[in-house]
Amino acid sequence: MDIIISNSSGRPIYEQITGQIKNSIITGALNAGDALPSMRLLAKELRISVITTKRAYEDLEREGFIETVAGKGSFVAQKNMEFIREEQLRKAETLLQSAVDVAKAGGITLEELSEMLLLLYNGD
Amino acid sequence: MNNMIEVENLCKNYPSFQLRNVSFSVPGGSIVGFVGENGAGKTTTIKLILNEIKRDGGTVKIFGLDNIRDECKIKEQIGVVFDESYFHGEFKAGDIALILKRVFKSWDEALFGEYLRQFNLPRNKLIKEYSKGMKMKLSIASALAHHPRLLILDEATGGLDPIVRSEILDIFLGFIQDENHSVLFSSHITGDLERIADYVTFIHEGKIVFNRSKDDLIDQFGILKCGQQDFQKVDKSDLLRWHKTGFGYEALVSDKNLIRRKYSGAVIDTATIDDIMLLYVKGEKS
Repeated sequence: MDIIISNSSGRPIYEQITGQIKNSIITGALNAGDALPSMRLLAKELRISVITTKRAYEDLEREGFIETVAGKGSFVAQKNMEFIREEQLRKAETLLQSAVDVAKAGGITLEELSEMLLLLYNGD
Repeated sequence: MNNMIEVENLCKNYPSFQLRNVSFSVPGGSIVGFVGENGAGKTTTIKLILNEIKRDGGTVKIFGLDNIRDECKIKEQIGVVFDESYFHGEFKAGDIALILKRVFKSWDEALFGEYLRQFNLPRNKLIKEYSKGMKMKLSIASALAHHPRLLILDEATGGLDPIVRSEILDIFLGFIQDENHSVLFSSHITGDLERIADYVTFIHEGKIVFNRSKDDLIDQFGILKCGQQDFQKVDKSDLLRWHKTGFGYEALVSDKNLIRRKYSGAVIDTATIDDIMLLYVKGEKS
């Protein structure tokens, strides 16, 4: 499993970890039942605080992506891929709605907004 | 999770310096970084924890035991490294092992040998011929070789190059894989603390200023930078400390996201531990 942390990205480290693990699970790089490294081992390898990895794992568990079994470790949960996709779609839709609201209030046209979306998605 | 060290309301009076109501703890499986200016009270606190000097008030528990009543039992399980090597210059590494073997029941000769190899410390050289860095590495090897549960270091890595320091930090990270092990280390090399500390305890003029998780400090503290005019408009109660520079103002804030939203467009940098200490010590309070 690859996890790349950036100290200068501005995003809190625990968020970077949860983001990358979620992504691995959604894209199928990690499968249900796969074992994750222990919080302590991950902290050691990434040279970060155990508190950070603990928080990342707790967030992942709360959102149902992983399960932690005391004494055994953390494993990717049996999650319904359809369900995850639905959730992600819903989140994106909510955020896009906010952008639409802001655009309408600010007199930004659909063309301008679409162009913005294209630029952002393709990562300038 | 149990606390390896629990310090409560520790006090010590000297004619020109007082340690006042120092309280903090070191949880099991964690690395606590202890920072403060020279003379702030770090070494005094550590000496009080180790019962090397007599306290004037407060309590110290190590492994849940009283640090005075159970001193011997406790010290069997602590590895201590100070900023100077106290080994006699006429000894060699092997002589140190002979002595410490009789001091610590759990002395591990093989492990000591491994550390000597890893740190490139020649067995047959007199310690007085060791460089500063080598003396420090020998102290660290000796502290680790009796399988302690707790490591206490007081400015121990000052003279070491970045590569060796990195190796030592890795040793600490390996050390705390066991939740019943902890590290308390005071250091001026705040970059090291930023990398591996779980908690940072900041002491200033004999009092604890804060005791927070390192992540909180890095994620939430920030340095607001602005010009004269903008500074007049800032609500001073949002600032922990501020400082006028030749070309503007710098201020320490404890919730940078809140400040970002409140003063949109303002420059807000991540605060390093150095920044935080500097502003606390040199900055003005609102």
